[in-house]
Amino acid sequence: MNLFGDAFRWILEPSHWTGPNGIPNRILEHLAYTGLTVLIATLIAVALGLYIGHTGRFRGIAVSVTGAMRALPTLGLLVYLAVLFGLGIQFALIPTIIVLVVLAIPPLLAGAYSGVQSVDGRTVDAARSMGMTEWQILWKVEVPLALPLILGGIRSAVLQVVATATVAAYISLGGLGRYIIDALPVRDYTTVLVGALLVTILALVLDGILILCQRLTVPAGVRAIRSSPGQRSTTKSASTVSTAA
Amino acid sequence: MIRFDGISKRFPDGTLAVDDFTITIPSRTTTVFVGSSGSGKTTLLRMVNRMVDPTSGSIHIDDDDISTLEPVALRRRIGYVMQNSGLLPHRTVVDNVATVPLLTGVSKREARAAALDLMDTVGLDRALADRYPSQLSGGQQQRVGVARGLAIDPNILLMDEPFGAVDPLVRSELQQELVRIQKDLAKTIVFVTHDIDEAFLLGDQVVILKTGGRIAQVGTPAEILANPADEFVDTFIGAERGRRALSIQTVNGKEVVVDGTGRLAGILRSPTPESGRSA
Ligand SMILES: Nc1ncnc2c1ncn2[C@@H]1O[C@H](COP(=O)(O)OP(=O)(O)OP(=O)(O)O)[C@@H](O)[C@H]1O
Ligand SMILES: [Mg+2]
Repeated sequence: MNLFGDAFRWILEPSHWTGPNGIPNRILEHLAYTGLTVLIATLIAVALGLYIGHTGRFRGIAVSVTGAMRALPTLGLLVYLAVLFGLGIQFALIPTIIVLVVLAIPPLLAGAYSGVQSVDGRTVDAARSMGMTEWQILWKVEVPLALPLILGGIRSAVLQVVATATVAAYISLGGLGRYIIDALPVRDYTTVLVGALLVTILALVLDGILILCQRLTVPAGVRAIRSSPGQRSTTKSASTVSTAA
Repeated sequence: MIRFDGISKRFPDGTLAVDDFTITIPSRTTTVFVGSSGSGKTTLLRMVNRMVDPTSGSIHIDDDDISTLEPVALRRRIGYVMQNSGLLPHRTVVDNVATVPLLTGVSKREARAAALDLMDTVGLDRALADRYPSQLSGGQQQRVGVARGLAIDPNILLMDEPFGAVDPLVRSELQQELVRIQKDLAKTIVFVTHDIDEAFLLGDQVVILKTGGRIAQVGTPAEILANPADEFVDTFIGAERGRRALSIQTVNGKEVVVDGTGRLAGILRSPTPESGRSA
């Protein structure tokens, strides 16, 4: 309990809100890693996912590759890449972003291809038979209808990346991980907790924003509640006979 | 004019859906393909807009061999209406109708105005223009589907069981509407159904199909009714003739109506003074 009180007091202390190790700067760094990662991963994974979803090809491969990617230990990969590149501290960003991108790709890919595949095949068939090109089918039909699932993928990618971007500090970069990595060796658990709390709060805030986006982009026609009562049960009754007779 | 010439279609899984099908579909009339499930009607229809390519044989529209035409361009000049209406769920009624004109570069305002006019044509209240397909009844959705098929003012309109999924009352309403529209617009309509009543009602030319797209008989409804080509056709349309041949039998002093197959169709109410007035 006391630990939390200390952590909150630490956070509220004005001197911790300025300078390179201040909260705003660390949050900005953290957001920058997250943003850059999600941007790169989205470009790769969503493009790939749309392709797989639209054509139905390579689905099996995508599933097993992303499964394997999920199983990669982030920290191990980070250290391995850092050593492999051996470029020194000024280039630490590259292995960090690669590791985070690897982490972000599976949910993004899954969201994109399952989103496209969830679109009713008859709708796609109708679009094609009207004379839409494959490109138009993708952008005017499949993507709008898949958007909720695509954004769902982005949401879970962002959450995972925000939580994991703390590893950047492990190889001397900034971000909220700095508080944790720096405080652990000196057993300053208050600051460790501060780092963890700030990451959690950041994740919750981002998630809230993304949920909102997700809501706003559900195609209105899909959201619309089916209001027609449907009059399917009409049977051929005696009225047919009485007109015939 | 659409000409099928020795058309066969074998699907990759080995199914021979259509076997050596030849027919000429005259312009500005309605030709109905009728046959039981799996007889290849949909396959034949979808060959006209190259949604399916034949394994062998050729299809000509007027003088063009369609295998030489670019599929997307071809589809944009042919209207297509399907059973489940195939509307885009994320677009409003008016946007659905205007879809193809917008693809071909018609301005938004023009396309919208034309779409609203088409809603009148197919008997849809303009108040529904900004609804989404999920907010319409099945019958209304089919009307939107027809309007969309007509949006590019195509010479050819392909209709695949467009009224198959609506209740009988709405279906007959839609059929009458189509008869009226066709009288005004005179499109080359190829209509697919497994309902012989519908075929006889709508078709100038009716093509009765057996499995494998084999033609059992081609002719006007009157020709087919008068001279069924064989037993298959006779059975296929027999139900219809039987249902029309109503007769009266007396059971326990009451008059009942039976159809040609001897099945009870209903009771006969004679207009007696007491019941006739009060009813
Ligand atoms: N894509 C496909 N792959 C394999 N077989 C197919 C395919 N499409 C249709 N078939 C087969 O071809 C035959 C004709 O099918 P088609 O859909 O043309 O029949 P239909 O007359 O339209 O039937 P229905 O009245 O049930 O719609 C059927 O045996 C069907 O199973
Ligand atoms: Mg069919």
